[in-house]
Amino acid sequence: MLLNASGCLDALTAPDVVRTLDAFVTKTVTPEPRAGSQPVRIAETDHGMLNSIGLQNPGIDRFLDSVLPRLAELGVPIWTSVGGVSPEEYAYMCKRLDGRHEIVAIELNLSCPNVASPEGDAAEIVTAARAATDRPLYAKLSAAVPDLPAVARAAGDAGADGLSLVNTIRGLALDERTLTPRLGPEVGGYSGPALKPVALAAVFACYRETGLPIVGMGGIATGSDALEFLAAGAVGVALGTALFADPEAPRRVRRELDEQLRERGIASPSQATGVAHVARTSRAPVVAA
Amino acid sequence: MLRREALRVVAVEQVGTYTLLRVARGSLDPGTPGQFFMLAAPERVLPRPMSVCAAPPGELWFLIDAIGPGTRALCTLQQGDPVQALGPLGNGFRLDIERPLLVGGGIGIAPLPYLSEALGQPRAVLGFRSGRHAEAAELVPNAEVVVDPTLVTEAMPDGYDVLACGPKPMLDAVAAVAPGAQLAWEAPMACGYGACYGCVVEVDGELKRLCVEGPVLCAA
Repeated sequence: MLLNASGCLDALTAPDVVRTLDAFVTKTVTPEPRAGSQPVRIAETDHGMLNSIGLQNPGIDRFLDSVLPRLAELGVPIWTSVGGVSPEEYAYMCKRLDGRHEIVAIELNLSCPNVASPEGDAAEIVTAARAATDRPLYAKLSAAVPDLPAVARAAGDAGADGLSLVNTIRGLALDERTLTPRLGPEVGGYSGPALKPVALAAVFACYRETGLPIVGMGGIATGSDALEFLAAGAVGVALGTALFADPEAPRRVRRELDEQLRERGIASPSQATGVAHVARTSRAPVVAA
Repeated sequence: MLRREALRVVAVEQVGTYTLLRVARGSLDPGTPGQFFMLAAPERVLPRPMSVCAAPPGELWFLIDAIGPGTRALCTLQQGDPVQALGPLGNGFRLDIERPLLVGGGIGIAPLPYLSEALGQPRAVLGFRSGRHAEAAELVPNAEVVVDPTLVTEAMPDGYDVLACGPKPMLDAVAAVAPGAQLAWEAPMACGYGACYGCVVEVDGELKRLCVEGPVLCAA
C-alpha cells in the first residue's frame, strides 16, 4: 500500500500524481480555517529539509462543502488527516467526518511540530475520537517522545486501528551568511533521507509493541527504502519529501519495490511485513523459502 | 500534466558573476516567458526552481546565481551531464500589452531575455549591485543599466506597461510607482507543482502559492 504523507501532495493541483497512489491522505484539516505560517516556510538542509507550513487549511466547513466532493471525483480512496487543540476538537472533527462516505480512514495528526501541542495525551485524544466515529482511525505519532512504543500502545488501547509513523521532528537551519533562522517561524519539521533511520526504529519498535497495522514514512525515496519499512513492520508506506523532488516517485518506488520482491522470491508486500523481526537469528539474506 | 525528463547539459558559460546553464530541451515544451523548471541539483535533496532565460532552438537556458548549496551544485554541472527537469511550471507574463517596459534587478533579470524576445526587444531597465554583476545585461537587448546605489525606479520612464522581476524590495518599489505592473516573485520552493505550500508570498495581504498562482502576479 503506497500513500502520500499528509501535507505532501495537493490532489487538486496534481490529480495525475494522486492516481499513482493506493490512497490519498489530505493535508491536515482543523475546525477553523488556518492561514498557516508566515514565510519563509521551506529550507533545504544537507540531508533533508525543514518545513513550517503551519497547518494551512480551509477549515472543516469548506473542506466538507467544496474540497471533499472534488477529491472523491479522483477515484482514489481518501484518508482525511485531522488536527485540533483538545480531545474535544478531535472528537468534533471525527463526528463531522463520520457520515461522509467519501473517506475510508481518518488520520489523527497528534504530532505536528509547527503548532502548539494539543491538550491531552495521545490516549485521551484517541479515546475521544473513537467515541465519535466508527471509521478506521490511524494515530500519526512523532518519534520525538521519550517512549514512543508506550504512546503507540496507549493509542491502540484507546481504540486506534493503526499507526502512521512518523511525523517530522523539530529542527533549525541558519542562513550561512547572516547566521539567523532561515524559516519565518524559526524552527520547522525535519524530513527527508536523514529521518529514515529514526522512522525505521519507530516502526520496528511499535510493530513489536503493538502489532497494529503501521503506515511507515520518513525519508522513503526508493523501493529499497520501502522494503526496509515493510521489513521493520509496516503494512504500507507513504512518500513525503521524495514527492517534492519528483512527482513520478510513487510509480518509480512501486516499480523498484516490485523488482526487489521478485528478486527475493517474495510473493507480495504483505509477506515482507515484519521479516526484520525474525531474520535476526539466521543473518541469512531474506528470500522466500 | 506534469512533464519530467533527464536533459543533457550542452554548455556552462560564465556571464559576469552569473552562470548560464544551457541544456538540450529533449521533448519538453519551453513554456512561456516567466514560467520555470525545477532542476535537480547534484547531491541535493530538493530541486531548484529556475525560470527560462532563453529558449533557442532545441535548448533551454537558465541563468544561475551560485549563492547557496543548490545553486552551487547546479553550477558544478558540466557538458554532457544529465539534469532532471520538471516543467514548464507556473504562470508566465501576459504578453498582450501595448507599451512593454522590462525591469530587472540582479539575478531577477533571468527571465527577461526570453521575455524580451517574445515582445520584440522592448526597452528595459536593469539594476545591479556592481559592474561585474552588470555584465549580465548583455543578455537583454535595449537595456539601460543602473548600478547600486542608483535604483531601477529612478530610471523607469512613465507611461509603460511594466513587467518586472527582482528581489522583493525592488518589486515593492516598482509596484508603488507602476500600479498594475506584472511582477515575477521568488521564494524557497520544495516541489514547484503545488504540493508543499512552501512557496507562499504575501501579496496585498494574501498568501499566494507562487508555483501555481504565480510566479508572475499583478500588482494591485
